[in-house]
Amino acid sequence: MNALPADGPEIDAAFLRRWLDTAADVIEREAARLDDLDSPIGDADHGGNMRRGFIAARTAVGQEPPDTPGGVLVAVGRQLISTVGGASGPLYGTLLRRAGKELGDEPAVSAARLRDALKAGVDGVAQLGGAAVGDKTMLDALYPALDALSGALDAGASTADALSAAAAAADTGATATIPLRARKGRASYLGERSIDHQDPGATSAALLLNALSDTATGTAA
Amino acid sequence: MKMLINVPETVVADALRGIAAAHPDLTVDVERRVIIRRGAPYEGKVGLVSGGGSGHEPLHGGFVGKGMLDAACPGEVFTSPVPDQMVRAAAAVDSGAGVLFIVKNYTGDVLNFDMAAELAEDEGVQVAKVLVNDDVAVMDSTFTAGRRGTGATLFVEKIAGALAEEGASLDQVAAVARRVNELSRSFGVALTAVSTPAKGGPTFDLPDGELELGVGIHGEPGRERRAMMTSGEIADASVEAVVDDLQPDGPLLVLVNGMGGTPLLELYGFAAEVHRVLGERKIPVARTLVGNYVTSLDMSGCSVSICQVDEELLRLWDAPVSTPGLRWGC
Repeated sequence: MNALPADGPEIDAAFLRRWLDTAADVIEREAARLDDLDSPIGDADHGGNMRRGFIAARTAVGQEPPDTPGGVLVAVGRQLISTVGGASGPLYGTLLRRAGKELGDEPAVSAARLRDALKAGVDGVAQLGGAAVGDKTMLDALYPALDALSGALDAGASTADALSAAAAAADTGATATIPLRARKGRASYLGERSIDHQDPGATSAALLLNALSDTATGTAA
Repeated sequence: MKMLINVPETVVADALRGIAAAHPDLTVDVERRVIIRRGAPYEGKVGLVSGGGSGHEPLHGGFVGKGMLDAACPGEVFTSPVPDQMVRAAAAVDSGAGVLFIVKNYTGDVLNFDMAAELAEDEGVQVAKVLVNDDVAVMDSTFTAGRRGTGATLFVEKIAGALAEEGASLDQVAAVARRVNELSRSFGVALTAVSTPAKGGPTFDLPDGELELGVGIHGEPGRERRAMMTSGEIADASVEAVVDDLQPDGPLLVLVNGMGGTPLLELYGFAAEVHRVLGERKIPVARTLVGNYVTSLDMSGCSVSICQVDEELLRLWDAPVSTPGLRWGC
Protein backbone atom coordinates (compact mmCIF):
# COMPACT_ATOMS: atom_id res chain seq x y z
CA MET A 1 0.00 0.00 0.00
CA ASN A 2 1.06 3.56 -0.60
CA ALA A 3 4.47 2.74 -2.00
CA LEU A 4 6.47 5.75 -3.00
CA PRO A 5 6.01 6.84 -6.60
CA ALA A 6 8.89 5.69 -8.80
CA ASP A 7 9.35 9.13 -10.26
CA GLY A 8 10.61 11.96 -8.06
CA PRO A 9 10.00 10.23 -4.73
CA GLU A 10 9.19 12.72 -2.08
CA ILE A 11 8.89 12.05 1.60
CA ASP A 12 6.01 13.93 3.14
CA ALA A 13 4.25 14.00 6.48
CA ALA A 14 1.86 11.21 5.48
CA PHE A 15 4.82 8.98 4.63
CA LEU A 16 6.39 9.49 8.05
CA ARG A 17 3.04 9.00 9.77
CA ARG A 18 2.80 5.65 7.99
CA TRP A 19 6.35 4.93 9.18
CA LEU A 20 5.28 5.70 12.74
CA ASP A 21 2.35 3.28 12.46
CA THR A 22 4.61 0.59 11.05
CA ALA A 23 7.28 1.24 13.65
CA ALA A 24 4.78 1.17 16.52
CA ASP A 25 3.41 -2.14 15.21
CA VAL A 26 6.81 -3.74 14.88
CA ILE A 27 7.95 -2.53 18.31
CA GLU A 28 4.74 -3.97 19.76
CA ARG A 29 5.40 -7.29 18.00
CA GLU A 30 9.06 -7.43 18.97
CA ALA A 31 8.88 -5.95 22.49
CA ALA A 32 9.25 -9.31 24.20
CA ARG A 33 12.27 -10.19 22.05
CA LEU A 34 13.88 -6.84 22.89
CA ASP A 35 13.26 -7.52 26.58
CA ASP A 36 14.84 -10.94 26.21
CA LEU A 37 17.90 -9.46 24.48
CA ASP A 38 18.10 -6.89 27.29
CA SER A 39 17.79 -9.52 30.00
CA PRO A 40 21.35 -10.89 30.11
CA ILE A 41 23.10 -7.54 29.63
CA GLY A 42 20.65 -4.92 30.86
CA ASP A 43 17.54 -5.12 32.95
CA ALA A 44 15.05 -6.69 30.61
CA ASP A 45 12.96 -3.62 29.92
CA HIS A 46 14.10 -2.17 26.59
CA GLY A 47 11.13 -3.59 24.70
CA GLY A 48 8.60 -2.50 27.29
CA ASN A 49 10.06 0.98 27.42
CA MET A 50 10.10 1.38 23.64
CA ARG A 51 6.54 0.07 23.40
CA ARG A 52 5.37 2.65 25.93
CA GLY A 53 7.08 5.40 23.93
CA PHE A 54 5.75 4.42 20.53
CA ILE A 55 2.20 3.97 21.80
CA ALA A 56 2.38 7.52 23.20
CA ALA A 57 3.93 8.84 19.99
CA ARG A 58 1.27 7.23 17.79
CA THR A 59 -1.48 8.63 20.00
CA ALA A 60 0.00 12.14 20.05
CA VAL A 61 0.62 12.26 16.31
CA GLY A 62 -2.84 10.79 15.65
CA GLN A 63 -4.51 13.48 17.75
CA GLU A 64 -2.64 16.38 16.20
CA PRO A 65 -1.10 15.20 12.95
CA PRO A 66 1.82 17.46 11.95
CA ASP A 67 1.69 18.47 8.29
CA THR A 68 5.42 18.36 7.58
CA PRO A 69 7.86 15.45 7.75
CA GLY A 70 10.03 17.47 10.11
CA GLY A 71 7.02 18.06 12.31
CA VAL A 72 6.26 14.35 12.56
CA LEU A 73 9.83 13.50 13.57
CA VAL A 74 9.95 16.29 16.16
CA ALA A 75 6.62 15.18 17.63
CA VAL A 76 7.69 11.54 17.87
CA GLY A 77 11.03 12.53 19.39
CA ARG A 78 9.36 14.70 21.98
CA GLN A 79 6.99 11.88 22.99
CA LEU A 80 9.85 9.41 23.32
CA ILE A 81 11.76 11.80 25.60
CA SER A 82 8.62 12.32 27.69
CA THR A 83 7.61 8.69 28.08
CA VAL A 84 10.40 6.17 27.55
CA GLY A 85 12.86 6.92 30.33
CA GLY A 86 16.17 5.12 30.67
CA ALA A 87 18.82 5.92 28.10
CA SER A 88 16.68 5.00 25.08
CA GLY A 89 14.24 7.85 25.64
CA PRO A 90 16.73 10.72 25.41
CA LEU A 91 18.80 8.97 22.74
CA TYR A 92 16.00 8.06 20.32
CA GLY A 93 14.23 11.29 21.22
CA THR A 94 17.29 13.32 20.34
CA LEU A 95 17.80 11.39 17.09
CA LEU A 96 14.29 12.12 15.85
CA ARG A 97 14.00 15.66 17.17
CA ARG A 98 17.34 16.66 15.71
CA ALA A 99 16.48 15.05 12.37
CA GLY A 100 13.08 16.73 12.35
CA LYS A 101 14.53 20.14 13.10
CA GLU A 102 17.04 19.62 10.32
CA LEU A 103 14.14 19.10 7.88
CA GLY A 104 12.56 22.35 8.97
CA ASP A 105 9.05 23.07 7.75
CA GLU A 106 9.32 21.88 4.16
CA PRO A 107 6.14 20.07 3.12
CA ALA A 108 8.08 17.26 1.42
CA VAL A 109 11.73 16.30 1.15
CA SER A 110 13.94 14.11 -1.00
CA ALA A 111 15.57 10.94 0.24
CA ALA A 112 18.90 12.74 0.22
CA ARG A 113 17.50 15.40 2.54
CA LEU A 114 16.13 12.71 4.82
CA ARG A 115 19.55 11.06 4.84
CA ASP A 116 21.25 14.33 5.83
CA ALA A 117 18.69 14.89 8.55
CA LEU A 118 19.13 11.38 9.91
CA LYS A 119 22.88 11.89 9.85
CA ALA A 120 22.47 15.00 11.99
CA GLY A 121 20.21 13.05 14.36
CA VAL A 122 22.60 10.12 14.67
CA ASP A 123 25.52 12.48 15.26
CA GLY A 124 23.42 14.02 18.03
CA VAL A 125 23.01 10.57 19.58
CA ALA A 126 26.74 9.92 19.43
CA GLN A 127 27.44 13.25 21.07
CA LEU A 128 24.82 12.86 23.79
CA GLY A 129 25.78 9.30 24.69
CA GLY A 130 29.50 9.82 24.18
CA ALA A 131 29.61 6.56 22.26
CA ALA A 132 31.22 5.50 19.00
CA VAL A 133 30.84 2.60 16.59
CA GLY A 134 32.15 -0.55 18.26
CA ASP A 135 30.94 0.33 21.75
CA LYS A 136 28.00 -2.11 21.39
CA THR A 137 25.19 0.44 21.18
CA MET A 138 22.49 1.53 18.75
CA LEU A 139 25.19 3.39 16.81
CA ASP A 140 26.49 0.04 15.58
CA ALA A 141 23.29 -0.28 13.55
CA LEU A 142 22.73 3.39 12.77
CA TYR A 143 26.07 4.40 11.25
CA PRO A 144 26.32 1.40 8.88
CA ALA A 145 22.74 2.14 7.83
CA LEU A 146 23.61 5.75 7.04
CA ASP A 147 26.64 4.62 5.05
CA ALA A 148 24.54 2.17 3.05
CA LEU A 149 21.85 4.78 2.48
CA SER A 150 24.39 7.29 1.22
CA GLY A 151 26.12 4.75 -0.99
CA ALA A 152 22.87 3.64 -2.59
CA LEU A 153 21.59 7.17 -3.17
CA ASP A 154 24.93 8.26 -4.63
CA ALA A 155 24.77 5.26 -6.97
CA GLY A 156 21.38 6.42 -8.17
CA ALA A 157 19.18 3.90 -6.37
CA SER A 158 15.50 4.65 -5.84
CA THR A 159 14.40 5.85 -2.41
CA ALA A 160 12.81 2.48 -1.67
CA ASP A 161 15.94 0.57 -2.71
CA ALA A 162 18.22 2.91 -0.79
CA LEU A 163 16.13 2.59 2.39
CA SER A 164 16.06 -1.14 1.93
CA ALA A 165 19.88 -1.18 1.73
CA ALA A 166 19.99 0.92 4.91
CA ALA A 167 17.70 -1.52 6.72
CA ALA A 168 19.81 -4.49 5.64
CA ALA A 169 22.98 -2.75 6.81
CA ALA A 170 21.33 -2.00 10.16
CA ASP A 171 20.41 -5.67 10.56
CA THR A 172 23.98 -6.68 9.80
CA GLY A 173 25.27 -4.04 12.21
CA ALA A 174 22.97 -5.24 14.98
CA THR A 175 24.13 -8.83 14.51
CA ALA A 176 27.73 -7.66 14.47
CA THR A 177 27.34 -6.39 18.07
CA ILE A 178 27.22 -9.99 19.33
CA PRO A 179 31.01 -10.46 19.77
CA LEU A 180 31.59 -6.93 21.04
CA ARG A 181 32.34 -5.90 24.59
CA ALA A 182 29.98 -3.15 25.77
CA ARG A 183 31.60 0.14 26.70
CA LYS A 184 28.55 2.31 27.24
CA GLY A 185 25.35 2.00 29.20
CA ARG A 186 24.25 -0.62 31.68
CA ALA A 187 25.85 -3.48 29.74
CA SER A 188 29.29 -1.90 30.17
CA TYR A 189 29.31 -3.00 33.80
CA LEU A 190 29.42 -6.62 32.67
CA GLY A 191 32.77 -6.15 31.00
CA GLU A 192 33.82 -9.38 29.28
CA ARG A 193 30.50 -10.94 30.18
CA SER A 194 28.70 -8.61 27.77
CA ILE A 195 30.33 -10.53 24.92
CA ASP A 196 28.17 -13.03 22.97
CA HIS A 197 24.95 -11.06 23.38
CA GLN A 198 23.29 -8.97 20.69
CA ASP A 199 22.80 -5.37 21.75
CA PRO A 200 19.10 -4.59 22.27
CA GLY A 201 19.54 -0.92 21.29
CA ALA A 202 21.17 -1.81 17.97
CA THR A 203 18.34 -4.28 17.45
CA SER A 204 15.58 -1.74 18.03
CA ALA A 205 17.41 0.72 15.74
CA ALA A 206 17.39 -1.93 13.00
CA LEU A 207 13.66 -2.52 13.57
CA LEU A 208 12.92 1.19 13.14
CA LEU A 209 14.96 1.35 9.93
CA ASN A 210 13.23 -1.76 8.60
CA ALA A 211 9.93 -0.03 9.30
CA LEU A 212 11.15 2.91 7.20
CA SER A 213 12.13 0.60 4.37
CA ASP A 214 8.83 -1.28 4.56
CA THR A 215 6.97 2.01 4.44
CA ALA A 216 8.81 3.00 1.27
CA THR A 217 8.21 -0.29 -0.50
CA GLY A 218 4.64 -0.51 0.68
CA THR A 219 5.29 -3.89 2.28
CA ALA A 220 4.43 -2.75 5.76
CA ALA A 221 2.15 -5.19 7.52
CA MET B 1 7.12 -16.19 40.83
CA LYS B 2 4.43 -14.85 43.16
CA MET B 3 4.28 -11.08 43.55
CA LEU B 4 1.94 -8.80 45.49
CA ILE B 5 0.87 -6.80 42.46
CA ASN B 6 -2.16 -6.23 40.26
CA VAL B 7 -0.57 -6.03 36.83
CA PRO B 8 3.03 -5.13 36.00
CA GLU B 9 1.97 -1.97 34.14
CA THR B 10 0.53 -0.27 37.23
CA VAL B 11 3.09 -1.27 39.85
CA VAL B 12 4.63 2.20 40.15
CA ALA B 13 1.32 4.07 40.11
CA ASP B 14 -0.17 1.67 42.68
CA ALA B 15 2.80 2.22 44.98
CA LEU B 16 2.47 5.98 44.61
CA ARG B 17 -1.17 5.79 45.68
CA GLY B 18 -0.06 3.84 48.72
CA ILE B 19 2.62 6.38 49.57
CA ALA B 20 0.00 9.11 49.36
CA ALA B 21 -2.31 7.17 51.64
CA ALA B 22 0.38 6.44 54.23
CA HIS B 23 2.23 9.75 54.33
CA PRO B 24 0.11 12.88 54.63
CA ASP B 25 3.32 14.93 54.90
CA LEU B 26 3.89 14.25 51.22
CA THR B 27 2.08 15.51 48.18
CA VAL B 28 1.99 12.71 45.62
CA ASP B 29 1.25 13.58 42.02
CA VAL B 30 0.39 10.09 40.79
CA GLU B 31 -0.36 11.26 37.26
CA ARG B 32 2.93 13.07 36.76
CA ARG B 33 4.92 10.83 39.09
CA VAL B 34 6.40 13.30 41.49
CA ILE B 35 6.55 13.04 45.29
CA ILE B 36 6.80 16.45 46.93
CA ARG B 37 7.36 17.57 50.49
CA ARG B 38 4.16 19.17 51.73
CA GLY B 39 4.46 22.94 51.97
CA ALA B 40 7.18 23.21 49.29
CA PRO B 41 8.60 25.51 48.15
CA TYR B 42 10.05 26.75 51.41
CA GLU B 43 11.01 30.44 51.35
CA GLY B 44 14.71 30.93 50.76
CA LYS B 45 15.50 27.22 50.81
CA VAL B 46 17.39 25.42 48.05
CA GLY B 47 15.23 22.62 46.68
CA LEU B 48 16.68 19.11 46.57
CA VAL B 49 15.38 16.84 43.83
CA SER B 50 16.42 13.28 43.21
CA GLY B 51 15.03 10.34 41.36
CA GLY B 52 15.77 7.19 39.51
CA GLY B 53 14.21 3.90 38.61
CA SER B 54 11.64 2.43 40.97
CA GLY B 55 12.47 -0.76 42.82
CA HIS B 56 15.05 0.80 45.17
CA GLU B 57 12.63 1.91 47.88
CA PRO B 58 12.80 3.72 50.21
CA LEU B 59 15.22 5.49 47.82
CA HIS B 60 14.15 8.16 46.71
CA GLY B 61 10.50 8.88 47.55
CA GLY B 62 11.02 7.58 51.07
CA PHE B 63 13.62 10.28 51.65
CA VAL B 64 11.37 13.23 50.89
CA GLY B 65 10.70 15.36 53.93
CA LYS B 66 12.21 17.73 56.45
CA GLY B 67 16.00 17.68 56.38
CA MET B 68 16.38 15.64 53.22
CA LEU B 69 14.75 15.82 49.75
CA ASP B 70 12.08 18.27 48.63
CA ALA B 71 10.94 16.09 45.76
CA ALA B 72 11.60 12.72 44.17
CA CYS B 73 10.84 11.42 40.69
CA PRO B 74 10.28 7.67 40.45
CA GLY B 75 10.78 6.12 37.04
CA GLU B 76 9.46 2.79 35.86
CA VAL B 77 11.06 -0.19 37.58
CA PHE B 78 14.85 0.10 37.13
CA THR B 79 14.28 2.73 34.43
CA SER B 80 15.21 6.36 34.90
CA PRO B 81 12.41 8.90 35.16
CA VAL B 82 11.74 11.24 32.24
CA PRO B 83 12.67 14.94 32.08
CA ASP B 84 9.04 16.09 32.43
CA GLN B 85 8.94 14.64 35.95
CA MET B 86 12.10 16.43 37.01
CA VAL B 87 11.00 19.73 35.48
CA ARG B 88 7.70 19.46 37.32
CA ALA B 89 9.55 18.63 40.55
CA ALA B 90 11.97 21.53 40.12
CA ALA B 91 9.13 23.97 39.50
CA ALA B 92 7.26 22.69 42.55
CA VAL B 93 10.16 23.08 45.00
CA ASP B 94 11.99 26.15 43.71
CA SER B 95 11.57 29.13 46.03
CA GLY B 96 13.91 31.20 43.88
CA ALA B 97 16.98 29.88 45.71
CA GLY B 98 17.60 27.24 43.05
CA VAL B 99 17.38 23.48 42.84
CA LEU B 100 19.97 20.75 43.24
CA PHE B 101 19.54 17.59 41.15
CA ILE B 102 21.11 14.57 42.84
CA VAL B 103 21.80 12.07 40.07
CA LYS B 104 23.11 8.52 40.31
CA ASN B 105 25.64 7.65 37.63
CA TYR B 106 23.64 5.59 35.16
CA THR B 107 23.43 6.56 31.51
CA GLY B 108 19.66 6.98 31.56
CA ASP B 109 19.56 9.00 34.77
CA VAL B 110 22.36 11.27 33.60
CA LEU B 111 20.80 11.93 30.18
CA ASN B 112 17.31 12.58 31.48
CA PHE B 113 18.46 14.84 34.31
CA ASP B 114 20.71 16.74 31.87
CA MET B 115 17.75 17.36 29.58
CA ALA B 116 15.59 18.32 32.55
CA ALA B 117 18.18 20.79 33.82
CA GLU B 118 18.18 22.56 30.46
CA LEU B 119 14.40 22.68 30.34
CA ALA B 120 14.08 23.88 33.94
CA GLU B 121 16.63 26.62 33.33
CA ASP B 122 14.59 27.69 30.30
CA GLU B 123 11.75 28.15 32.75
CA GLY B 124 13.89 30.34 34.99
CA VAL B 125 14.89 27.78 37.64
CA GLN B 126 18.55 27.84 38.60
CA VAL B 127 19.77 24.23 38.62
CA ALA B 128 22.95 22.60 39.90
CA LYS B 129 23.71 18.89 39.54
CA VAL B 130 25.71 16.44 41.60
CA LEU B 131 26.62 13.04 40.22
CA VAL B 132 26.87 10.18 42.72
CA ASN B 133 29.41 7.54 41.64
CA ASP B 134 30.50 5.63 44.70
CA ASP B 135 30.57 1.99 43.60
CA VAL B 136 34.12 0.68 43.69
CA ALA B 137 33.13 -2.64 42.12
CA VAL B 138 33.32 -1.16 38.63
CA MET B 139 36.99 -1.68 37.92
CA ASP B 140 38.04 -0.16 34.62
CA SER B 141 35.83 2.86 34.41
CA THR B 142 37.53 4.02 31.22
CA PHE B 143 35.73 1.21 29.43
CA THR B 144 32.41 1.55 31.20
CA ALA B 145 29.91 4.31 31.79
CA GLY B 146 31.89 4.99 34.99
CA ARG B 147 31.28 3.98 38.57
CA ARG B 148 27.65 3.42 39.49
CA GLY B 149 25.80 5.53 42.00
CA THR B 150 24.56 3.32 44.85
CA GLY B 151 24.42 3.53 48.66
CA ALA B 152 26.27 6.83 49.02
CA THR B 153 23.23 8.49 47.50
CA LEU B 154 21.68 8.31 50.97
CA PHE B 155 24.69 10.10 52.53
CA VAL B 156 24.54 12.81 49.87
CA GLU B 157 20.79 13.33 50.19
CA LYS B 158 20.90 13.43 54.00
CA ILE B 159 23.88 15.74 54.44
CA ALA B 160 23.06 18.12 51.57
CA GLY B 161 19.45 18.12 52.78
CA ALA B 162 20.53 19.17 56.26
CA LEU B 163 22.63 22.03 54.90
CA ALA B 164 19.80 23.21 52.66
CA GLU B 165 17.49 23.14 55.66
CA GLU B 166 19.82 25.66 57.35
CA GLY B 167 19.36 28.08 54.47
CA ALA B 168 22.68 27.59 52.69
CA SER B 169 23.06 28.77 49.09
CA LEU B 170 22.79 26.53 46.04
CA ASP B 171 26.56 26.67 45.57
CA GLN B 172 27.16 25.67 49.17
CA VAL B 173 24.65 22.81 49.07
CA ALA B 174 26.05 21.55 45.76
CA ALA B 175 29.59 21.76 47.13
CA VAL B 176 28.81 19.72 50.24
CA ALA B 177 26.96 17.16 48.11
CA ARG B 178 30.02 16.77 45.87
CA ARG B 179 32.32 16.55 48.88
CA VAL B 180 30.21 13.78 50.44
CA ASN B 181 30.29 11.87 47.16
CA GLU B 182 34.07 12.21 46.92
CA LEU B 183 34.44 10.91 50.47
CA SER B 184 32.11 7.93 49.97
CA ARG B 185 32.56 4.43 48.59
CA SER B 186 30.25 1.41 48.28
CA PHE B 187 30.43 -2.28 47.47
CA GLY B 188 27.52 -4.70 47.02
CA VAL B 189 27.01 -8.45 47.19
CA ALA B 190 24.12 -10.47 45.76
CA LEU B 191 23.03 -13.82 47.15
CA THR B 192 20.10 -14.20 44.75
CA ALA B 193 19.02 -12.64 41.48
CA VAL B 194 16.47 -9.86 41.32
CA SER B 195 12.95 -10.37 39.94
CA THR B 196 11.24 -7.53 38.10
CA PRO B 197 7.44 -7.40 37.83
CA ALA B 198 7.63 -6.95 34.04
CA LYS B 199 9.73 -10.05 33.63
CA GLY B 200 7.80 -11.94 36.30
CA GLY B 201 10.92 -13.73 37.45
CA PRO B 202 14.69 -13.43 37.91
CA THR B 203 16.50 -11.20 35.40
CA PHE B 204 19.72 -13.21 35.67
CA ASP B 205 20.96 -16.58 36.84
CA LEU B 206 22.65 -16.89 40.19
CA PRO B 207 22.81 -20.55 41.15
CA ASP B 208 22.36 -21.80 44.70
CA GLY B 209 25.72 -22.01 46.34
CA GLU B 210 27.15 -19.00 44.53
CA LEU B 211 27.20 -15.28 45.20
CA GLU B 212 28.06 -12.26 43.08
CA LEU B 213 30.68 -9.91 44.48
CA GLY B 214 30.44 -6.28 43.42
CA VAL B 215 26.84 -6.36 42.31
CA GLY B 216 24.98 -3.17 41.40
CA ILE B 217 21.52 -2.15 42.51
CA HIS B 218 19.92 -3.63 39.41
CA GLY B 219 21.76 -6.89 39.84
CA GLU B 220 24.47 -5.93 37.36
CA PRO B 221 27.64 -7.80 38.23
CA GLY B 222 30.86 -6.09 39.12
CA ARG B 223 33.84 -8.22 40.02
CA GLU B 224 33.36 -11.95 40.26
CA ARG B 225 31.24 -14.91 41.13
CA ARG B 226 32.30 -17.13 43.97
CA ALA B 227 31.13 -20.06 46.04
CA MET B 228 28.89 -18.95 48.91
CA MET B 229 30.79 -17.31 51.77
CA THR B 230 30.05 -16.65 55.45
CA SER B 231 28.86 -13.27 56.67
CA GLY B 232 32.33 -12.65 58.10
CA GLU B 233 34.05 -13.49 54.82
CA ILE B 234 31.66 -11.21 52.91
CA ALA B 235 32.40 -8.42 55.38
CA ASP B 236 36.14 -8.96 54.90
CA ALA B 237 35.78 -8.68 51.12
CA SER B 238 33.37 -5.73 51.17
CA VAL B 239 35.23 -3.62 53.70
CA GLU B 240 38.54 -4.33 51.99
CA ALA B 241 37.06 -3.10 48.70
CA VAL B 242 35.77 0.21 50.06
CA VAL B 243 38.59 0.97 52.48
CA ASP B 244 41.37 0.20 50.03
CA ASP B 245 39.76 2.54 47.53
CA LEU B 246 39.00 5.44 49.89
CA GLN B 247 42.04 5.10 52.20
CA PRO B 248 40.17 6.88 55.01
CA ASP B 249 42.10 8.64 57.73
CA GLY B 250 39.19 9.75 59.83
CA PRO B 251 35.96 8.46 61.34
CA LEU B 252 33.35 6.90 59.08
CA LEU B 253 29.65 6.85 58.58
CA VAL B 254 28.81 3.24 57.79
CA LEU B 255 25.69 2.11 55.96
CA VAL B 256 25.03 -1.62 56.15
CA ASN B 257 22.35 -1.82 53.54
CA GLY B 258 20.00 -4.64 52.66
CA MET B 259 19.07 -5.23 49.03
CA GLY B 260 15.45 -5.97 49.88
CA GLY B 261 15.38 -9.73 50.35
CA THR B 262 17.66 -10.18 53.35
CA PRO B 263 16.18 -10.08 56.87
CA LEU B 264 17.36 -7.58 59.46
CA LEU B 265 18.59 -10.45 61.64
CA GLU B 266 21.16 -11.22 58.96
CA LEU B 267 21.94 -7.57 58.30
CA TYR B 268 22.68 -6.90 61.97
CA GLY B 269 24.91 -9.96 62.09
CA PHE B 270 26.66 -8.62 59.01
CA ALA B 271 26.99 -5.17 60.63
CA ALA B 272 28.79 -6.81 63.55
CA GLU B 273 31.24 -8.37 61.10
CA VAL B 274 31.75 -5.03 59.33
CA HIS B 275 32.59 -3.45 62.69
CA ARG B 276 34.99 -6.28 63.45
CA VAL B 277 36.87 -5.74 60.18
CA LEU B 278 37.02 -1.96 60.62
CA GLY B 279 38.20 -2.50 64.22
CA GLU B 280 40.96 -4.82 63.04
CA ARG B 281 42.04 -2.06 60.66
CA LYS B 282 41.80 0.50 63.48
CA ILE B 283 39.38 2.70 61.53
CA PRO B 284 36.96 4.50 63.87
CA VAL B 285 33.23 4.40 63.14
CA ALA B 286 31.21 7.50 64.03
CA ARG B 287 27.72 6.29 63.09
CA THR B 288 26.24 3.08 61.73
CA LEU B 289 22.95 2.73 59.92
CA VAL B 290 21.56 -0.76 59.34
CA GLY B 291 18.54 -1.55 57.20
CA ASN B 292 16.99 -1.72 53.75
CA TYR B 293 17.58 1.74 52.30
CA VAL B 294 18.87 1.37 48.75
CA THR B 295 17.24 -1.84 47.65
CA SER B 296 16.97 -3.94 44.56
CA LEU B 297 13.41 -5.28 44.67
CA ASP B 298 13.55 -8.80 46.14
CA MET B 299 17.28 -9.40 45.78
CA SER B 300 18.99 -11.04 48.74
CA GLY B 301 22.28 -9.51 49.64
CA CYS B 302 23.80 -6.42 51.11
CA SER B 303 26.07 -3.53 50.46
CA VAL B 304 28.48 -1.57 52.57
CA SER B 305 28.85 2.16 52.10
CA ILE B 306 31.30 4.32 53.98
CA CYS B 307 31.73 8.07 54.14
CA GLN B 308 34.66 9.72 55.82
CA VAL B 309 33.34 12.56 57.96
CA ASP B 310 34.69 15.60 59.74
CA GLU B 311 32.85 17.52 62.46
CA GLU B 312 30.82 19.52 59.96
CA LEU B 313 29.63 16.50 57.98
CA LEU B 314 28.87 14.58 61.18
CA ARG B 315 26.85 17.52 62.52
CA LEU B 316 24.83 17.60 59.29
CA TRP B 317 24.36 13.84 59.41
CA ASP B 318 23.02 14.09 62.96
CA ALA B 319 20.68 16.99 62.12
CA PRO B 320 16.96 16.22 62.45
CA VAL B 321 15.34 14.39 59.57
CA SER B 322 11.71 13.40 59.10
CA THR B 323 10.95 11.27 56.07
CA PRO B 324 9.14 7.96 55.58
CA GLY B 325 12.43 6.08 55.28
CA LEU B 326 14.75 7.98 57.60
CA ARG B 327 13.74 9.75 60.76
CA TRP B 328 15.59 11.00 63.81
CA GLY B 329 15.87 14.05 66.04
CA CYS B 330 12.38 15.26 65.22
